[in-house]
Amino acid sequence: MSETVHRTIGETGVPQRGQPGAGGGLGGALTRALRVLGRQREATVFVIAVALFLYFLIAKGSDFTSKSNQVTLWSDDVAPYAIIALGEVFLLICGEIDLSVGFVVGFAPFLMHYLTDFYGFPGLLAILFALLLGVAVGWVNGFFTVTVGVPSFITTLGTGFILLGLINTTSHDQPAAVPADVLGIGKWISNYAWAPIVWAVALTAVFHVVLTRTRWGLHTVSVGGNLLGAREAGINVGRIKYGNFMITGLLGALVGLQQMYYTDNIAPTAGSYQWMFYAVTAAVIGGTAMLGGVGTILGAFFGAVVLGILLDGFPLIGVNADPLNIIFGAAILVAMVANVQLTRLRERGQR
Amino acid sequence: MTATTPGSQAELVPPGADILRCEHIAKNYGAVTALTDVNLRLARGEVLGLIGDNGAGKSTLLKILCGFQQPTSGRIFLEGREIVLKSVDHARSLGIDAVYQDLALVNQLTVFQNMFLNREKIRWPLVRNQAMRKEAREHLDEMGVQIPSVNAPVAMLSGGQRQAIAVARSVFSNPKILLLDEPLAAMGVKEGALILDLIARLKREGNVSIIIIAHNYAQVLEVCDRVNMIQGGRITLDKRTEETSAEELTELVVAEYREALRERQRSA
Repeated sequence: MSETVHRTIGETGVPQRGQPGAGGGLGGALTRALRVLGRQREATVFVIAVALFLYFLIAKGSDFTSKSNQVTLWSDDVAPYAIIALGEVFLLICGEIDLSVGFVVGFAPFLMHYLTDFYGFPGLLAILFALLLGVAVGWVNGFFTVTVGVPSFITTLGTGFILLGLINTTSHDQPAAVPADVLGIGKWISNYAWAPIVWAVALTAVFHVVLTRTRWGLHTVSVGGNLLGAREAGINVGRIKYGNFMITGLLGALVGLQQMYYTDNIAPTAGSYQWMFYAVTAAVIGGTAMLGGVGTILGAFFGAVVLGILLDGFPLIGVNADPLNIIFGAAILVAMVANVQLTRLRERGQR
Repeated sequence: MTATTPGSQAELVPPGADILRCEHIAKNYGAVTALTDVNLRLARGEVLGLIGDNGAGKSTLLKILCGFQQPTSGRIFLEGREIVLKSVDHARSLGIDAVYQDLALVNQLTVFQNMFLNREKIRWPLVRNQAMRKEAREHLDEMGVQIPSVNAPVAMLSGGQRQAIAVARSVFSNPKILLLDEPLAAMGVKEGALILDLIARLKREGNVSIIIIAHNYAQVLEVCDRVNMIQGGRITLDKRTEETSAEELTELVVAEYREALRERQRSA
């Protein structure tokens, strides 16, 4: 467009890089590749995910690539965490966190079971209420965090315990069978073996667009990046936070129902912190910061893939679950250090 | 209070030309009084400098005028009609926009995203990035604001560029009244000149009336038509710029300080 704009681009050297031959030779190519990786947080995690996949492919061959193992990997070890991570990314970006979502996962199927088996609700309606439970828990989290002013870490710690207590009290610690009424509907959610990962991929695509191309996404970034500024710009800060809590709860309920169909069982032990911890781990590995304002949906998805491949692959090569946690812990720390370092590198490159 | 003689307001600007008028604005935060009794007027097309020491109530007044906070008592008139500002959005819809001291820019977003923050162009459900980029670029060029790229995150810009973006953003929607809170704070001489140029340009175009809050008198006097000094939550001086000087204004603040000092010694 204008001369000034183009000239000043050249002066500060912001986006005008990447011309072939600028650096020259292998060193130049490497620097450029590093720059791309540095700029695209998602790309780093993607490369790690591919490398891990190839490693297990080479190490275990058909044990790893068999259909049954691939279903377990994608639909059981990746999809649930990827789906919950979508909500957590939005919350982390706007400066909050939801520790309670794992207990929505556990309670949603029970609510559906109570409504159909004890109160005679039709299956579809019971499923709708189970999903609404997630939204309602999200609203309560929003109420205490936004309206009352309790930090979300504490709010959701509390609501999580309440939900856990509700699951155990109402179920008398007993599992239940999936009601016959809802089996037909289950086809749409999870009967097909690949259904969870299809849901996860589709939702990831939708949430990526929401984060980067809609007002909701931009305002979520604004609220986390500059809370006072967002308020001064007239953004309804409370609405954004309420909304993201409710979305996270809804996703938790969806995962709860998927798990019910996938395991063909309603178990009180399904509610746990693990869902949330793995989802937040996926988000963090993917480049989402805890300080707000920064995060990517694609990164969180690839983060969940990395997590899932490790969960699935390590037992195959004879490493059991105990040392796996050491690797997860290390991966979180490495991811955070890499994030900080890459951000510095990026800034240096751009100044 | 210092002994000052506010010039009779009627002789400065003919009545009826006021675009904004405040009567007896007071604001308390619990037991703390930020504004006691502010009477202020802004003529159409005028640039008014609002000066005073830290804690005098300048920013509180600005936040009331842009709808961010509500006054405890008092009345506000816009073009002769009384208004009650409910929110920032409400004030904006009436044509009053503000550039806050903290600029309200989101570092993680790009220049054009910041320029359209909370007034994004949308083709539901998506934002129209191309259209916003283009308009932001044209608007910044028109205003003579030079930045590397509208796609750059604002975190990469200098203080002056950030301020310029914030000012450009607020005149985007063609406000009638623009409120600038310390536009030259923490800015080098060169960068400050950039902002003063921008304000002078807006003044020449004459579509907007401006209130500038400042405590660097010398620089601000350059672009202001009239100066009000606010001390202890009320306006204590109202003069045309050519009738006063930075020395006089400084002297007033110093006098206030001496008075406060004497008071403390007396009570000690």
